[in-house]
Amino acid sequence: MTDQTAGPEIPTPEGDVALIETDYKIGQDNVEGSVGPFGFDVHNPVFLVSGLAVVAFVIYALALPEQANAVFGWLRPFLTSTFDWFFLGAANIFVIFCLLLIISPWGSVRLGGKEATPDYSYIGWFSMLFAAGMGIGLMFFGVLEPVYHMAISQPLGVPSPIAADGTIIQENVEAARAMGLAATAYHWALHPWAIYAVVALALALFTFNKGLPLTIRSAFYPIFGDRVWGWTGHIIDILAVFATLFGLATSLGFGAQQANAGLEYIYGVPNNVTVQVILIAAITGVALISVLRGLDGGVKVLSEINMGIAALLLLFVLLAGPTVTILSDFVSGIGTYATELLALSNPVGREDTGYSQGWTAFYWAWWISWSPFVGMFIARVSRGRTVREFLICVLLIPSLVCVLWMAVFGGVAIDQVLSDPVASAVKANVIDSYSPELSLFAMLEGLPLAAITSTIGIILVIVFFVTSSDSGSLVIDTISAGGKVNAPVPQRIFWCTFEGAVAIVLLVGGGLGALQAMVISTGLLFTIVLLLMCFAIFRGLVHERKEAK
Amino acid sequence: MYSKIMVPVDLAHAGRLDKALQTAADLANHYNAEAVYVGVTATTPSTVAHTPQEFKAKLNSFAADEAGKHGHKASGHMIIANDPTIDVDNALMRAVGEIGADLVVMASHVPNLADYVWPSNGGQVASHSKASVFIVRAG
Repeated sequence: MTDQTAGPEIPTPEGDVALIETDYKIGQDNVEGSVGPFGFDVHNPVFLVSGLAVVAFVIYALALPEQANAVFGWLRPFLTSTFDWFFLGAANIFVIFCLLLIISPWGSVRLGGKEATPDYSYIGWFSMLFAAGMGIGLMFFGVLEPVYHMAISQPLGVPSPIAADGTIIQENVEAARAMGLAATAYHWALHPWAIYAVVALALALFTFNKGLPLTIRSAFYPIFGDRVWGWTGHIIDILAVFATLFGLATSLGFGAQQANAGLEYIYGVPNNVTVQVILIAAITGVALISVLRGLDGGVKVLSEINMGIAALLLLFVLLAGPTVTILSDFVSGIGTYATELLALSNPVGREDTGYSQGWTAFYWAWWISWSPFVGMFIARVSRGRTVREFLICVLLIPSLVCVLWMAVFGGVAIDQVLSDPVASAVKANVIDSYSPELSLFAMLEGLPLAAITSTIGIILVIVFFVTSSDSGSLVIDTISAGGKVNAPVPQRIFWCTFEGAVAIVLLVGGGLGALQAMVISTGLLFTIVLLLMCFAIFRGLVHERKEAK
Repeated sequence: MYSKIMVPVDLAHAGRLDKALQTAADLANHYNAEAVYVGVTATTPSTVAHTPQEFKAKLNSFAADEAGKHGHKASGHMIIANDPTIDVDNALMRAVGEIGADLVVMASHVPNLADYVWPSNGGQVASHSKASVFIVRAG
């Protein structure tokens, strides 16, 4: 029998990997069949329970809106203010864990076996990393956060340079400016990416090197053994599907409101539910086309286009704004970030609770509740990288890009606020009144060609939602199919449409805020899950190296 | 008339392929052609195999079994697709060129309503491939 010559798309032989021996057969709990002409292949309890739970919570939020708002509206701030030390401490552990792995001998373990080659080029890979998990946040918070931390939240007690009567207090300017950027960088650099990296590394390791299905429960095999194939694992996967679907649907609902606010601000488009429902339908429609074109033909292409446009916008703002000031802000912001990182990330005895609980703990809960989705997506596209390369690329490079983005968008906005406070639209929309969805457009208004750049801004916001929605649908589909990536097409259509439908129902009926608060509350549970994952990664890597020897 | 017959196989559902496999083997014997069994897989673990390496080994042994059963020349050819649900048509079309197949024998379901929305793999390959395509209906 002859073996055919491998084509360019076939990686070289994978080399030995230390597979985990288990009797579990991928897909053994799946139910295959068809509804009319549409085929399906789903993991029995996970698909059904998570789908029904989503419907049940939507009905609850619609039937008892006041109660839902009261419960979850109370729960989220309660958790972030009571467990702030836990969120901050855990995030520090994730960063330290990742940095230690980079310099440890385990860093040389290659995901997918010793001789595996990467499935994606760096550009495709980076684009997908950003587009899945963070793009939309960069658009929303790029202007808002640096300005807010500079002027209002006073991280580490650094006083605001803006007096109550709106005048500038010159002696506070320099420190507040640097702290505005540093405090923002803290939320967008090492820590969030370490959270994503832990989940992604765990899943990639247990999938590509250990041969377990691509689903969240696999990372817990070293801890629970074969019990992960039973209800212990079902619950982990159901929670992940639940958090991902609600996270995406509520973001989609809010995103439509933001895009609508932007459209009203720039073009006078009426700001009402009808326009927002049309926006959600359009975003879902494009996401649907993207998932139907697949990972390579849809999701990757869209991510690359989006990153290209975002890079052009970044370059434009950098050049059209006060370039030298921005670059010096970038440097001093990074300097302040480096010197104040320990103080900013200190989990106990904080006095700046407006910042550390209101922003940091909230962010950590948010990133962590999104981590099953983003982490799993990153895992899927990261095969062929070594652990060291993976961590450097997922942790350090995106961190630098995020800090640069914040320095440019936030730097220009801060400059506008401080150099001409009376005329600054950013000051009017962020400091004097709080309209976060307008902050980006307010900043662009102060630069040339605002009509064009604002339109590009809106397009970017919308397309980033599409790239979150399509990658999210793929992830949910894979988890609810027990880790199978080749489930029938109608299934991914179902999840993508379901997500849009949930967003529309919540938008029309109310309940977006309550359910988003609930999703963020799942962050507490997932923080424990992530800490266990660190331990599992460690066990997995030790096993891998031992077997390799 | 034919020297290489490409036979796409889904190892997870090999039981459903009997008629197509028999057809391919008969044709291979008749024309003294080699049958190349093509399997498409993602790099993630699947029902069939934990790694691409294992998939390749299973595909090769599947080809050897077929050769043993029917007495024709046979080999396996693995194609990696990042998103097999969607990429399988393109992967198969590429395989035709890579193998240099002059005939494709593949199983396909009886067309139904869904085929108007997304055509069957067999239909896609028949529409776009330069090689001759023999679609074997199930049942």
